[in-house]
Amino acid sequence: MTEEIIIAGFGGQGVLSMGKILAYSGVMQNKEVSWMPSYGPEMRGGTSNVTVIISDERISSPCLNQFDTAIILNQPSMDKFENSVKPGGLLIYDPNGITTHPTRKDINIYQIAAAEEASKIGIAKLFNMIVLGGFLKIKPLVTDEFLKKGLEKSLPARHHGLIPENIKAVEVGKEILKPYHTL
Amino acid sequence: MKELKLMKGNEAIAEGAIRCGCDGYFGYPITPQSEILEHLMAEKPYEKTGMVVLQAESEVASINMVYGGAAVGKRVMTTSSSPGVSLMQEGLSYIAGAELPALVVNVVRGGPGLGTIQPSQADYFQSVKGGGHGDYRLITLAPASVQEMYDFVELGFDLAFKYRNPVMILSDGIIGQVMEKVEVGDYKPRWTDDYIVKTYPWAATGKPKSRNHNIITSLQLESDKQEKVNLRLQAKYKECEANEVRYETFQTEDAEYLLIAYGSSARICQKVLQLARKEGIKVGLIRPITLWPFPKQIIHDIGIKTKGILNVEMNAGQMIEDVKLAVECKVPVKHYGRFGGIVPTPSEILNALKNL
Repeated sequence: MTEEIIIAGFGGQGVLSMGKILAYSGVMQNKEVSWMPSYGPEMRGGTSNVTVIISDERISSPCLNQFDTAIILNQPSMDKFENSVKPGGLLIYDPNGITTHPTRKDINIYQIAAAEEASKIGIAKLFNMIVLGGFLKIKPLVTDEFLKKGLEKSLPARHHGLIPENIKAVEVGKEILKPYHTL
Repeated sequence: MKELKLMKGNEAIAEGAIRCGCDGYFGYPITPQSEILEHLMAEKPYEKTGMVVLQAESEVASINMVYGGAAVGKRVMTTSSSPGVSLMQEGLSYIAGAELPALVVNVVRGGPGLGTIQPSQADYFQSVKGGGHGDYRLITLAPASVQEMYDFVELGFDLAFKYRNPVMILSDGIIGQVMEKVEVGDYKPRWTDDYIVKTYPWAATGKPKSRNHNIITSLQLESDKQEKVNLRLQAKYKECEANEVRYETFQTEDAEYLLIAYGSSARICQKVLQLARKEGIKVGLIRPITLWPFPKQIIHDIGIKTKGILNVEMNAGQMIEDVKLAVECKVPVKHYGRFGGIVPTPSEILNALKNL
């Protein structure tokens, strides 16, 4: 099993930390992982993306141009990455702020209204965990047990009190994910 | 006890230094390697192992602090990225001339000049063909994973002390920034002064009555003395070439074509291998781990049996010169590269392979 994922959105949406939590959960579950951020001046106030690979085997390239899954959180990322999903792959996106919806017919597409839900239930900071929940519903790469361990490892000890809220946000994500176009 | 961590390549360099018992780090921040100094400062090794961590006023100061520390037999290092490493070349030549062990890490970014902060491999020539003046060599290690970033710090120090020669870890922005799983070891204690006196009799550790002065210098005013230094250096480099060549091969057994790449390019080429093999193209990969001494023999032996070689680097083609020498131009060798911080995609390398 190898899952090659791109997570892309605006800087500040928690794109990188969501990837890190996923990667750390993978490590806890004894998988091979790779987390490669886009770095550079474009991150400051602009778009931000990270390539996360989780595998049972040694990982080849940490930089890719074709992905099994794209998690897309803004319009510039939709423009950039919709066509990078492998045929038969998965695209999950938050429709908030999306003006041009995806048009691919050869991939599975799901919507997750995470921004709307996060502000509705007053957990705006856990937006990224809601999105992660949506992804894990379709691709349960890591179990809840290892996700919790991944959170413990990737959050500083002073924030460990927030782990139950994070897990709850993941559950919310699993509930609100809805199909947009499936094969 | 072994411990698993998820770390950036840069953090792994810092962690490797602390845990292998490094005595001192002297550096100046520059993207894409600033996490090394940040991680060291956050870990406060001066409280754990007594390791010194110092942010110097410049790269020139850093390398000369390393020169000083190395002269007394301490395991000392500096790190930087391309423009900063250019500033260190004078010091590196002096350290090589004075035959001192030292570790330098270059997390390469696009150049020339201030260039860009994104990944590149354009400092190959600088590392393996000199960079500084005079007939000297840098033992150059090219890590391709975060684990190797960690492991090569201790290996680098071992080689530096074995040969009394500076060692370069030539990394790049990808391996510096990527996070991967790393197995870290226990904290090893730093060497005691007694151990250094006993094991490294050349070190300037203070003169007892029983021996003459230990003189650390790269200056010889008489040319016959300087020639002796050069002959000794060359003999040492020969020994190094005989003993320290390291490489990794992938699917070369039935290869009709061969990719040659190091560092992050070698990682991307492993993906190319998967894609090409799916299309029935019999291709293998050789990844030099030591860029100097260069694995010429294995490249020759495997290379001359193939129909063609594609050299892949994030530069205009630098290692390709060594590859051509290794196969004595008996088979066609072509180059594929991108510049200025652009990372080539597996598909574009595959296309270049098909057009060999």
